[in-house]
Amino acid sequence: MADDVKDKVIRIIAEQAMLDPADISMTQSLEEIGIDSLGLVESIFAIEEEFDIQVPFNANEPAKSEFDISSVASIVGAVEGLVAAQKA
Amino acid sequence: MRRVVITGAGTINALGASVPATLEAMREGRCGIGPLEIRDIDRLTVQIGAQIRDYDESAHFNRQQIALYDRFTQFALLSAAEAVGQSGLVFEGELAARAGVIMGTSGGGLNTQDENYRVVYEEGKNRVHPFVVPKLMNNAAASHVSMQWNLQGPSFTVATACASSNHAMGQAFAMIRSGLADAMVTGGSEAMLCFGGVKAWEGLRVMSRDGCRPFSATRNGMVQGEGAGMFVFEEYEHAAARGAEILAEVIGFAMTSDAVDIVMPSKKGAARAISGALADARIDREAVGYINAHGTGTAANDKTECAAVADAFGKHANDLMISSTKSMHGHLIGGTGAVELLACIMALRDGVVAPTIGYEEPDPECALDVVPNEAREARVEVALSNAFAFGGLNAVLALRAAP
Repeated sequence: MADDVKDKVIRIIAEQAMLDPADISMTQSLEEIGIDSLGLVESIFAIEEEFDIQVPFNANEPAKSEFDISSVASIVGAVEGLVAAQKA
Repeated sequence: MRRVVITGAGTINALGASVPATLEAMREGRCGIGPLEIRDIDRLTVQIGAQIRDYDESAHFNRQQIALYDRFTQFALLSAAEAVGQSGLVFEGELAARAGVIMGTSGGGLNTQDENYRVVYEEGKNRVHPFVVPKLMNNAAASHVSMQWNLQGPSFTVATACASSNHAMGQAFAMIRSGLADAMVTGGSEAMLCFGGVKAWEGLRVMSRDGCRPFSATRNGMVQGEGAGMFVFEEYEHAAARGAEILAEVIGFAMTSDAVDIVMPSKKGAARAISGALADARIDREAVGYINAHGTGTAANDKTECAAVADAFGKHANDLMISSTKSMHGHLIGGTGAVELLACIMALRDGVVAPTIGYEEPDPECALDVVPNEAREARVEVALSNAFAFGGLNAVLALRAAP
């Protein structure tokens, strides 16, 4: 399941950034990938739709959000957590 | 150049169903935000708003009228009645031909859309009420106001999202000043607190779930409101000749476009609009004592607006007061500038500056005198009203105390 989540999240981010998934590195931040605040909100929407989960995110306080968006890896981790929590 | 004064004001919003009630609430720093009571509220994650409570449309309008009046039209008509009543103007003959109505709204008859989409999509019905189109159209409110008061001159509706009212009132001001009209009924109205209206905003993730705290470090988003504000703008000599009570003078207006981003505000575009209004009014920036801020309570707006004010006013930015009354009446979107103009009139006429309530903690990026939590008595000579819309469309009005 883990790789599945990772691949899907990377595909969503790559699509948003108009890049090839192979060009996305797990250590990159969204800013480095070229995703702005609107792109971030759209990516989160796509993630919610893909996994049928609710992502706790308020654009006014991204740092305070339980959903860590500091890098691709952190997003993948957070989504895995939400998916697991939903199945539990 | 012809001068323009305000001789009538009317409103209905979460703070009150009249101008006196609204101003009293602003003086007391009362909050109109609370739990939303709308259909399917359980499917919304944002469940608060500045909703008009205890509103019974049948107390104001008959069955035939309700069939034609969306909630935003009703609010506009009620507000216009108060404004025109106060002005004492009777629109007949030449005056009727030289008077019109310019309104701002963003969503227009959104409740009508929401209800009827439900009927055809959710309930699967194949027939809708014959008046759906004339009820939902954005110019419905302006048209009904024109019919109610026999306003036969230039009339239309402006939609520039959160700046709609200011753009509308700016047009009314320009028309009287240029000689195209002698009196204009102008302002804005919005009734977006329905399931679809809130759900759409929810999607953008800029809404607060717990309150509107503009300029406070603890702010976490905007809160929607609803209602209308309407005014009678009148050519000064016309008003003076009939001995009308003048609430304030409109002395300047400017609009700019950021031309940058569809949602992120720009300091430059906002500052240009502020400076433009001062230049149009031909006043020194030091004359400005109060600014009714756009102050949405989002992270981005409030810091950008404060930076724009600092840019436009230089050192004087530290000597003026700037408050966001959205903390009390919520964000009325296309109607917001109209209700906020009331706070400017209160500052100029009554010497009372409305507070920014919900203020908890200073934000170094909003380090201006935001009149936290309590109204303040002060003599204000000139007041500005800021509106900075999504889409980067900015509109700023400048008002002076009655001559």
